[in-house]
Amino acid sequence: MDARRVILTACTLILFALHQDFWNWRTAYPLVFGFLPIGLAYHAAYTLAAAAWLAVLVQWAWPDHLDDGHERGSHE
Amino acid sequence: MTAALFAGLYLAAVLYIGVFAFRRGGAGQSAEGYFLAGRSLGGFVFLFSLFGTHMTAFAILGSSGHAFSNGIVTYGLMASSSALVVPVLLLTLGTRLWSAGRRFGHFTPVQIFRDRWECNHTGTLIFLLQAALLLPYILIGMIGGGTVLRTLSAGVIPYWAGSGLVAVVIMIYVIFGGMRGTAWVNTFQTLLFLAFGAAAVAVIGRGMGGFEQAVSTLLADPSLAGLLTRERVSPEIFFSYAFLPLSAIAFPHISIFCMTARRMRQFKWTVILYPVCILLIWLPCVFLGVAANSAREIPRIREKQTARALLAGPAAWLPAAEAAQTRSRASGDDVLVVLLDHYAPAWLAGLLGAGIMAAVMASDSQILALSTMFTEDIFAWYGHAERYGARAQIATGRIFVFAVTATAYLIALRVPAGIFELAGQYAFAGFSALVPLYVGALYWRGSTKYGALASVLWVMAAVAGIAWFQAATPAPMGPPVAYFSLGELALLQRTASGTTIAGYLPVLPMTLVSALLLWLVSRVTPKPSEATLTRYFGRR
Repeated sequence: MDARRVILTACTLILFALHQDFWNWRTAYPLVFGFLPIGLAYHAAYTLAAAAWLAVLVQWAWPDHLDDGHERGSHE
Repeated sequence: MTAALFAGLYLAAVLYIGVFAFRRGGAGQSAEGYFLAGRSLGGFVFLFSLFGTHMTAFAILGSSGHAFSNGIVTYGLMASSSALVVPVLLLTLGTRLWSAGRRFGHFTPVQIFRDRWECNHTGTLIFLLQAALLLPYILIGMIGGGTVLRTLSAGVIPYWAGSGLVAVVIMIYVIFGGMRGTAWVNTFQTLLFLAFGAAAVAVIGRGMGGFEQAVSTLLADPSLAGLLTRERVSPEIFFSYAFLPLSAIAFPHISIFCMTARRMRQFKWTVILYPVCILLIWLPCVFLGVAANSAREIPRIREKQTARALLAGPAAWLPAAEAAQTRSRASGDDVLVVLLDHYAPAWLAGLLGAGIMAAVMASDSQILALSTMFTEDIFAWYGHAERYGARAQIATGRIFVFAVTATAYLIALRVPAGIFELAGQYAFAGFSALVPLYVGALYWRGSTKYGALASVLWVMAAVAGIAWFQAATPAPMGPPVAYFSLGELALLQRTASGTTIAGYLPVLPMTLVSALLLWLVSRVTPKPSEATLTRYFGRR
């Protein structure tokens, strides 16, 4: 496995680990935007961070070798 | 009742789209055209249909119902973990499924397993396991459809009729529209729900006097403030849930759908935008489910909270039948519809109700997937396609769709379990534990059919064991009851909603043992031929 794959895999695992935000477990405060408990706001932000990281993965870890370049049928 | 009329209009629109719209000449004449839309879906349909296929009544009614009872933890349990895990699976395994399907002409994962591991009966066993695990998931749609129509019509349309209507509509457009019709219906459903979901948040928020007000009400009540934290779920359970999204790629309707993309690049935007779609659907559903607890002016909300308090209290003396009734009254599966009914004007509630109908009717792709599996993995594999031809193969698929839908409907009439519970206990854990098979087949040259067999037998035994254990032991109304302990550690516990192993959900040990068995047994058993390995992985 080359260095780039190791780094991308490690970062993905770190993001996976950040899902376990035990520090927000027993508190609702602060309320983000005045009504979102921190435990919910954190995971909403986590979801957006996942989208951003996936864009990085698509850019740097796209399996080009699997695509034979052919297509079938019509575009929809 | 206006809402029920809108839901009826929605069903008619779905029927039109599924049966008549977007039909292409000849698409229904070949098996590839009927079951895989000719492998020609573009990026737009691929993203929204895949998302709509994955997010079912479980996501909408199940999530708001679970959040109503358990609080904001619901989002972290299933949504945010899915936001990372599912797209990573699509990127790493979905693209390889697409490639294997395109290169070797496969329609189903079982075809890939049989080809890759040079096996026969192990493939049949995997088919049987996947079919058995998929059936409860199909039931979710039936139960969801019946529940929503009953609530929208204020009880005028009984549960049996609502479920029946949903079953008939799905049956018709899946039979006549095949994968293309189903994909377009799912796209329409997803867009509809995304659009109306935003309207639902605005209308309900205003009706509640603003979300700040709703949250303040919850924080002021000690019995409800905990819903805004995660104190009702242990860290072990929370961690276990991060393994459940693995199930996505092992669900036949998702893995088969991966083979419908016209080009591999169709996965790119799907992978990136999948978390955004999750956020747009799950965050409002979970938040509204929690906030519903502040709407105590609604009698049905108060009734649910009273039943929940009864279950949480020292009420172990309740007879089983009464306990089941109390659980049913406490269930929040219809809480979103109750809120709409109360806060939205009738015409808007109708439109929004149609949006909810859109979300609960995702059984179509699962039924089509089962039909594809049966015709390809059983009918065609055992030589009937060669004997009778492609037309007979498609006809068999259509008859199978009818049989599965009718069976699912009849079972849905008799199943009392909550939507969330039903999905979580069997289908998700079982499919998650099958993921090592996909990784082994598509990434590891050393995996063998014997390793796969060991893994499949383990998953079968584990699912059957948990189902037996939960049937044999009554669900406690209070804290979990330990049935087997090692010193201080409770190894096997029966909880109110299921089973835990050393505090974790069964999905965790099931998946880890499945991977371990695949690895161990593959190490000591003969590999497939070099020719097969070269076809899949190239020369060493």
